[in-house]
Parts: sequence; structure tokens; C-alpha cells
Amino acid sequence: MPATEILRIATAGSVDDGKSTLIGRLLHDTKSIFEDQLESIERTSEKRGDEQTDLALLTDGLRAEREQGITIDVAYRYFATPKRKFVIADTPGHIQYTRNMVTGASTANLALLLIDARKGVLEQTRRHALLSSLLGVPHLVLCVNKMDLVDYDQRIYDEIREEFTAFAAKLDITDLGFVPISALVGDNVVEPSPNMPWFHGQPLLGHLEDVHIASDRNLVDNRFPVQYVIRPQSAEYRDYRGFAGSVVGGIFKQGDEVMVMPSRKASKIAAIDTPEGEVAQAFPPMAVTLRLEDEVDVSRGDMICRPTNQPTASRRFEAMICWFDETSQLRTGAPYQLKHTTRWVAAEVEELRYQLNVDTLHRDLAAETLEVNDIGRVAIHTTSPLFFDEYRINRTTGSFILVDPATDLTVAAGMIISAGGDPGVATDAASIVAENITFHPSKLSREERWAALETGGATIWMTGLSGSGKSTIATAIEHTLVSSGRAAFMLDGDNLRHGLNANLGFSAEDRNENVRRVGEVAKILAESGTVAIASLVSPYRDERDRVRALHEEAGIPFYEVFVDTPLEECERRDPKGLYAKARAGEIKDLTGVGSPYEAPERPDLVTSPDLEEAVRQVLSLLG
Amino acid sequence: MGTLIDETTKVRPAAVELDDLDTLEAESMFIIREVVAEFEHPVMLFSGGKDSVLMLQLARKAFAPAPVPFPIMHVDTGHNFREVIEFRDKVVAEYGLRLEVASVQELIDQGIIKVDHELESRNRHQTRALLDAIKDGGFDAVFGGGRRDEDKARAKERILSFRDKFGQWDPKNQRPELWHLYNGRHRKGEHIRVFPISDWTELDVWRYLAREQIELPPIYFAHEREVVDNEGLLMAVNEYFPLPEGAESKMEMVRYRTVGDATLTGAVPSQATTYELVIEETSVSRITERGATRGDDRFSEAAMEDRKREGYF
Repeated sequence: MPATEILRIATAGSVDDGKSTLIGRLLHDTKSIFEDQLESIERTSEKRGDEQTDLALLTDGLRAEREQGITIDVAYRYFATPKRKFVIADTPGHIQYTRNMVTGASTANLALLLIDARKGVLEQTRRHALLSSLLGVPHLVLCVNKMDLVDYDQRIYDEIREEFTAFAAKLDITDLGFVPISALVGDNVVEPSPNMPWFHGQPLLGHLEDVHIASDRNLVDNRFPVQYVIRPQSAEYRDYRGFAGSVVGGIFKQGDEVMVMPSRKASKIAAIDTPEGEVAQAFPPMAVTLRLEDEVDVSRGDMICRPTNQPTASRRFEAMICWFDETSQLRTGAPYQLKHTTRWVAAEVEELRYQLNVDTLHRDLAAETLEVNDIGRVAIHTTSPLFFDEYRINRTTGSFILVDPATDLTVAAGMIISAGGDPGVATDAASIVAENITFHPSKLSREERWAALETGGATIWMTGLSGSGKSTIATAIEHTLVSSGRAAFMLDGDNLRHGLNANLGFSAEDRNENVRRVGEVAKILAESGTVAIASLVSPYRDERDRVRALHEEAGIPFYEVFVDTPLEECERRDPKGLYAKARAGEIKDLTGVGSPYEAPERPDLVTSPDLEEAVRQVLSLLG
Repeated sequence: MGTLIDETTKVRPAAVELDDLDTLEAESMFIIREVVAEFEHPVMLFSGGKDSVLMLQLARKAFAPAPVPFPIMHVDTGHNFREVIEFRDKVVAEYGLRLEVASVQELIDQGIIKVDHELESRNRHQTRALLDAIKDGGFDAVFGGGRRDEDKARAKERILSFRDKFGQWDPKNQRPELWHLYNGRHRKGEHIRVFPISDWTELDVWRYLAREQIELPPIYFAHEREVVDNEGLLMAVNEYFPLPEGAESKMEMVRYRTVGDATLTGAVPSQATTYELVIEETSVSRITERGATRGDDRFSEAAMEDRKREGYF
């Protein structure tokens, strides 16, 4: 059998939309139902006096469900075609079980929504679409069911399609598909329906087989939450120390430079072990064991990433949460246990920003608490920092659950929107933009953007010799700003030369082009409301002045910061070994040795040699 | 965000996909590691059946090159297939495992469990033996080889499933389980059942065992045996299932799809003597493994649900 992908589907629909029937139909028509299962539900149907065999009985597994003819809990079903394997999380549609829909959607690649053609788009349809969008399900398929009961009328299908498309535009749904079906009869489920010649799309199963999911994973931002430290303590493996876990982002390769959060200790990957031996690379969702070259202290809950691409480390963040617990309601300021990747930390919800009405998308700023099935935006404070990404960037490093320590129950599930700011600044709920929810088609002015984000962009331009300490100061500034909730982004000259400026060398011409490009990028970042921190040698006065002029023209603050470390000191530090190479004649045009450096005439700041003082000086520029 | 452009962005995802079995393997390993990291005294149920063989194999992979860091437990009805017990002991010796036996026979001998006659099914009594052994051993996490495709009630089971201090399952009040964030918090006396192979189907199990060339008890492959047709189940004739009066036995090529109490586990006619042939048979089978071979699940629509509520695995 060739390698096959697994597609995880979450289904949702109102009580009578025929969801269970559709699943029964998919299982039946792909020959995934066993004879004894079929006989058993035939017997039950007969006993109940149903006219035809009720395929819904296949999925309604609990006695209460069969008795009441409803679905209570998430049920998992499996079927396969020669092209793919499918796992269906069948989730109940009634309002009191929203939490189960959220559960099913949390791991789904695709959400399957059902609409009764006779009833059209209902409150529940909108709610389920919103939840799918909120949970970051990449693909959504809307099945307009019971077409047989509306005489397979194309107009009815088109109207529903239009109405739903208009609604979906307000959500964060990237891939939306529609299929008119009759689950009961089987129209357009597996085979194209002869009753709807006007429909030219694929039947549902074909759509499910072909939807492209491989690129839904994040293969760029390397993230490895450490689960368990393996030390065999046997004679054969006396010195073995491996960090077991699953890759949740990016591609780790043997020899890669890595950094461990929170210690920020750097090392390299010595080997990637699997039970079948070493492998050259590991990617999501592989479960592997990493060994590092240095004896770095690493334990469960730490995160291994790249030094140049780290998750946000913060004790405060903003998140959307769904309240799950029937027996309690959200209490701000109360202690909860929070699980994020492989870490448990104590946490409190500092503030409920608003409750989201899942039917109207209205934000109730006056809401004081959340109850079961409620969704709202909150500010969370944890006792020790989490290492996270935004949920829409990475569903694993952006998600968490809250557990009530009094009952051990999972009371809420959350999706991180952003690092949180100083609560004293960001408490005005009206000013917070819920990125996932409202779609702004209009072009924003800079003033509107900065006001909404409660921030202002600026460019800090750090110039100085190689080894002067520019990047160290820049990193510290970036970290301080982001931790305090202000968007900041460091543009490191060396790192940009791996990508944006990979085609540039070190001639005067190329150096100028290098500075020009970084200047443009910094301006765009600043325009977006971010504090851009450019850290590059930028030896020529004229080029730096050109970047300043570019910013002044656009009315964006620009600060030239001179890290004035004497050449002798830079050469003594020589962190990259460049001066040694230059003196040995291996590098010709190193600034300060074979190439000139033109110090700024009127810098906005000359930094102190003391790092903390330097950071304070730079921050005071921003006011 | 400290996101900068680095080398990884240049790598195009060429060979960065896992096939379905590797994906299932990785997910199961994650679950097993998570539980061992968070619990104090885990134990893994091991019957010698194919699901528990698979689960043990995944546990070995999860901690290699270190040994499996917990004991295994066999819930022994006393009505065993000889081949399965031999296999169990061989595995324990080969991998250097610690074996706990929860014995139904001992509870009968102590008068704690009453049986009407020697050969009645002890399936239901396993629950008592298991719960006692969990309590006596102080185990806080119990790995089981249940799969969601086996039964409708199992389809609704969580990966980490809470049991109260009486060992009972409340299907209407299960903890929500999102992403891969498992909540195994519990009090003293309570425990968590863990089902690391929930998402595997019967065919997946067979394909994986074949791919990895993992040894199973020989009764899983076709062999000649004296059997009798008992209400649609092919029962092996032996000390646990004497030939009923008036019935006629015959020699037939059969194999077992599941391994349970020998008084009620039936065989299926089969010529499949190798993994490849078993997979071929499984791919075209029209009857579930439990329906084909287990007397215990045929009594009612909710047989499994009822047993699970009481603490069965």
C-alpha cells in the first residue's frame, strides 16, 4: 500500500440536518460498514418502527443517544478509500454542546457543515462556521442537504450559497467549498447525482479525497517542546542524554544551531534519534529524540527553537477562550492551572475584554463572566513565562487549556492572539482589534492603524563596527519592547544577508544596496506600527542619511544610534572571528580593517558601554 | 515576534511527509511519553493480544534506548489459551519487563468472586480483578489497547479517560480533550485510563505489525484445530469448552482475530498463515472483529457501554 495521508474531519450541523445520516452514508457507500453492524442497526430501526434503516444509529453510540435520537458526545469514525484515510469527529449540533464542536474542530483539517435546504442558513450554521474559523480549521465544506425535498432546485442552492459566502467573508476562512447533496438518498455523496445536472463540482467524497492539506503545517518556525528526558543509565548508554518530544513546527536538521527556552542557552543538534536509528531531519508530526552537542540543562516544558527564530516568551497574553464547564463560570483573578505544549503553569484571567456573540459577531464589552459554551476575549497572566506563537501561526504553540484546581476539570480552551501589554494601558476593550473576527476591507490610514493598535511605529538604526555590540543591544531592546506588549522587530544585517540580501557582497556598491533595502523594510515595518530595530554596520554616512530622509519624508520617527566601541575593543571581542581572518588576509574589505567606517556626525544617541544603560537610553528615545 | 529570515525558509518541503502508519505511531508515542512524564505509577495492560503487543512495541520505541519505564499487567481469567501465556512470558523475559498478574482465579479461591460453575465466562469478573490490582498497586495511569473503531461506546472514549475512586466511567461527563493537550489531573484513589492507540483501525494494526515484523501468539495465524459451531461462533474444543452434548466437532483451518477468555472467544475459518494473508483477509472482511469472535459483545446493543461504565477496559 502506498503512503497515504490522514484527513481529519469535524462535522457539525443542527439536530435534524442529517449529519449522522451523511456519515452513515459515507461509511456505507465506501463499504466501511461491517455486516454485523448493519444487521444490528437494522434490528434497532425495525424495533423502533422506522420506515427505512436509520444510518444515524451507526454513530450514536451511547444508550441515551439512541433512546433520544440525538448525538451527545464527540464520536470518532474511520473510513478509507484507495486515495486517503479519514477520521471523522462527529460533533453534536445542539446549542448546549458547542464545546464538543470546539473539541472536534481543534485537530481537524476540514470542517464539514450541513444545512437543511428547506431551512437555509440558520443561527447554528453561522455559529459552527465561526467556531471552525476560530479554531483555525483550514478548510470548510458546506453541504446543502435534503436537496431531494426541494425538488433539486438550483435556485435554492444558489441562494444559500450566496448568503453563506457573504457571511463567511467576515470570518477567517481560507478555503470554502459547497456541495448540494441528499445524504438519505446518496445524491452527490460518492457519485455525481443525475438529479442535479446543473451542479458541475465534485461530489463530496471526491472533494474530501483531493483537498490539499500537506502545506497546512508550519514548516518554517522550528518548535520542539521537550516532553521527557531520556537517560538510559545503562553501561552501553552511560552518557546518553536525549530530549524526547514531537516536532510541532519547522524542520530540524542534524548540525542545526538551536536555542533552548527559557535558559536561552545555544547549542547544535548532534543527532536526531528514532528507534530505527538516526535520521537527517525531523518535521511535524514526527516523535523523535534530539541530542545536543553541549551539556545544556534541558527539562520537560522547555522549548527548543532556533536562535534567530524564537517564540514569544511572555507572562501576559491576549486570547480567545471557549468556556466548557457547566458547573462553574469564569472568575477573573481566581487561580487556574494552564497547560500549554508540555508545560503546566499557574494562571489567572486578569480581565474579560468582551464576550463574543457567536451568532451576530457582536462584542459585548459589558460582559462580566463566561458560562458554558460562551466565547470571549481575555487577558491572561501566568506565574512563569510561556513560549508561544499566535494560534493562527501555529495551532500547537498557540493553544492552551485551563483547569480548575478545585475540581481538576478542564474548564476552558484558549487560542492565543498576541502577547499582552501592560494591563494599565490595554484595558480599553473598545480599542482592541479582534484580528480573527472582523474583516476590514478598507484601506487604513496610518493614524487609524496606530490608534487602533495603541502604538506607534519608529525606526531605530544601530550603526557601528562589527563586534561593537549592536545586535546584543538590539536584541535586548526588542525583547523589552515585546514583553511590555509593544510590537518590535529586529532587522539583523547578518541574518538578512541569508535571505533578502543573499545576492549582495561587500563591495561599496553592494553595501549601499544592502543599507537601502533594510531602510525600506524598516520603513514598512514602522508604518505598520512596529518598532523596527535595524542592526547593521552601515559604514557610509551618505547611505544612512538617505534612509533618514526616506523616513522623514513619510513622517516616521527615525533614530540613529551610534554604538561607539573602539576598534581595539571590537577586535579583542571578535565574536565571529572576522578580525582574525582579516588580519590573516583571508577577508579583504572588513570595515575598520580594509574598508573605512564613517562615524555619524550628529547621531540621536551614542550608547553607553553598559548594556542595561544602553537599553534604557534607547528606550527613552521612544518616549 | 523574533521571526527572522533564516535558512529553513530556503528548504522546500520535498520529503517532509509521513505516511499514515508513521503518523499514527508518532501520535501514540507522544501520548505514552506525556503520561509517563506526568504520572507517578503508570502500568500497561498486556493480554498477549495483538493490540497490547502493538502498544508495548510503541512504548519501547517511545523510550529507546532506555527500557520501558513501567510494569505491564495481565488480567488473567484463568481461562487462557496456552499459546498466549507462553508468548506473554517470553515477551516479559526478552524485554526485561516487570509483570503484574491480576488473577480472577485468586479472587474466586478467596471467595471474593462467586461462580456457579467452573466454565462459565469470567469476562465480567475481570473488572473486579483489574480494579483491585490497580488499587493494590497504587497505579494512577493504566494504559489500555482499546480502539475507537472496535465498538460504538469505545468510539466516544477519550484518549485520557477519568475513572472515579470506584473505577467507574461516566460517559456523559467526560473531560473535553482538545488539540494534544491532555488533562490527567486526579486525586488519590482516582485513576486515568489511557488509550494510546485509539485512532488505529484493525487493518492499521495488522499492517503495522507486518511492517515491523513483530511476533504474535501463533493462534493469530491459520492453524488446524478441533472446533464446534456454537450459535454462530466457532469455538475451540478443549478443557474450557467441552463438546456440547449432541454437537459434532470437526477439524478446521482457523485463526483468531481477538484473544479473550477462552470460554467465549471464537475462531474464524481462515487459510491465512502469514501476515500478508491476514491483511488480505482483514481488508475484505465484512464483519467486525468483535462481532465475529466475541460472545461478550453480542448480548445487547449497549453491552460494551455497560461494562465500560463499571470499569472494564
